[in-house]
Amino acid sequence: MANSTHDGAAPTVSITVEFTYRSRNAPDYLQPLTKSNSGGLEILFSNERKHTITLPARLDDASQPTIAYLLQHLVDNHMKDDRKELFIMEDNVRPGILVLINDADWELEGEENYELQQGDNIVFVSTLHGG
Amino acid sequence: MTPIEDTCTSLRAQISATEAHLAGLKRDLADAEKVALSTRPTSDHENAPNGTDTDTGRWPLLKEEYKRYGRQMIVSQLGLEGQLKLRSARVLLVGAGGLGCPAAQYLAGAGVGTIGLIDGDTVESSNLHRQVLHRTKNVGKYKVDSAIEALRDLNPHPTYIPHRTHLTPEDAPAIFANYDYILDCTDNPATRYLISDTAVLLGKTLVSASALRTEGQLMVLNNPPRPPGDPEGGPCYRCVFPKPPPADSVVSCADGGILGPVVGTMGVLQALEAIKVITAPSPDSSSSTPKRESPSLLIFSTYSNPQFRSIRLRARRANCAVCSGDASVTLDTIKSGSTDYVFFCGSATLPSLLAPSERISPEAYREKHSPSTNIDKSIMIDVRDKAQFGICSLENSINVPIGDILASRAKPASLNQGPDNTSQPELPSWVPTELTSSESKDPIYVVCRLGNDSQIAVQKLKELGLDQNGQRYIGDIQGGFRAWREQVDPDWPEY
Repeated sequence: MANSTHDGAAPTVSITVEFTYRSRNAPDYLQPLTKSNSGGLEILFSNERKHTITLPARLDDASQPTIAYLLQHLVDNHMKDDRKELFIMEDNVRPGILVLINDADWELEGEENYELQQGDNIVFVSTLHGG
Repeated sequence: MTPIEDTCTSLRAQISATEAHLAGLKRDLADAEKVALSTRPTSDHENAPNGTDTDTGRWPLLKEEYKRYGRQMIVSQLGLEGQLKLRSARVLLVGAGGLGCPAAQYLAGAGVGTIGLIDGDTVESSNLHRQVLHRTKNVGKYKVDSAIEALRDLNPHPTYIPHRTHLTPEDAPAIFANYDYILDCTDNPATRYLISDTAVLLGKTLVSASALRTEGQLMVLNNPPRPPGDPEGGPCYRCVFPKPPPADSVVSCADGGILGPVVGTMGVLQALEAIKVITAPSPDSSSSTPKRESPSLLIFSTYSNPQFRSIRLRARRANCAVCSGDASVTLDTIKSGSTDYVFFCGSATLPSLLAPSERISPEAYREKHSPSTNIDKSIMIDVRDKAQFGICSLENSINVPIGDILASRAKPASLNQGPDNTSQPELPSWVPTELTSSESKDPIYVVCRLGNDSQIAVQKLKELGLDQNGQRYIGDIQGGFRAWREQVDPDWPEY
């Protein structure tokens, strides 16, 4: 049994956030369809399992947005929760959260340097330990 | 308590612990004697009493076993060969709770020859909604004994081995060595790392599952099992999660809740994966190389559509602390304690945040604010989440879930917009109107389930200036509703 130090409601973070990108008419925007969420991490994102996000297809320096860019974008624009540390620690996704790119561990795809593609599906899952 | 009373209490505790240990040893002996009795006669003249199957070389299974396992043996992936593999398999389940019960039930039913269960906990009535082997009459009994009692009823053929202890680094290697496959049915990160490390170093495939609230996860690790440094081996728990999550982000089923069928689903799937691994065709048995499944994580989510999704996982990590060529964790570092799992995973013990003057015991609160006095105008804030507040709450208490409090951004101190243009900073939206009337000096109390979150909430309220620079009392009910039940109201529901 884990120590019952918390009353349960507090820092429960098991997110599944999902983003799907789709091209809009203009080629300079990737338009995400949905961001879906399961397992409790959604409390950091207005309690929504699915979100819609629009990112520029090219950044100011002409590079393509990466996962690292997406993370910053999420923290800056989509986290309504003040506890950034429940999502980001030391400039990376905090231990215990898996990042999935098109249903694969992001480590198979280049982690934060992965360049987002149209139609990509990004999911954040926090690991569970109960049993 | 006087010193002599202390001594008596300590001695009483030691006596009951020793008695429990003795009872355990007696049960172990009885089990071992039973096994000894049942193996000796069968090896001498197998099935002689039946008079029909005396030809011992003819059929590899007992007559009763063909009937019992027939429905699964006629499934082509299993067959007689698979059944014989199951019978000679030795499987250890670590944890006899929400995952371990259904997993053990199906493995025993399928005829796994040796099933070990390790768990130091006893059955509590709060376990019964999901830990399906335990019966109400067995509350208080060791979980492993309660489970084995049910398993024997289900299938008397397997050998069941109880380990009435929590898994420790000192004992894990010796216990695991007696088994071929390991199932992780535990509930905390430290034990999960210990199980994975030990399984890898002893060359055992590990089926790992977890569940919380309405979600579950499942992985088959170290599959195929290969020595550390062999990249052909399957990844281990550390490859997938090299760093443990912050301790205060880990939520147990006791704190976060769990639906029975959710953890049951994951436990059943664990049994299924174990059966798959045990009965898999051996690589040399067919000319074609068997296609190896790439490692994956199965995620179950009750309220998502689809409910299941399978995630491709990475291969072994080239710098993994356990399964790579330059591994730093060995059986010796585990046993000696130099691989320190508790340190690695941290502990979420909350410090006492508030000064004694900011806390009041339920008893003292009750004396001060007796329900018979109508003039009491103190305010009670209950910071449990909505579901818990709905189960039971104090009359006139106000529900402000701690999640709302913690999620709110730091107050925008300088910006004091608003029509009334007061000098007050804007308060977060969760602050109830009862607290915002600035003239009131009525004390504010904060209560929660156990007395941790209430302290955080008191600090937050003070940060927002609601204590009017100390002129208004804000404090918490020490020990929360658990202490409330013990000191004030024994009828208060325990959930």
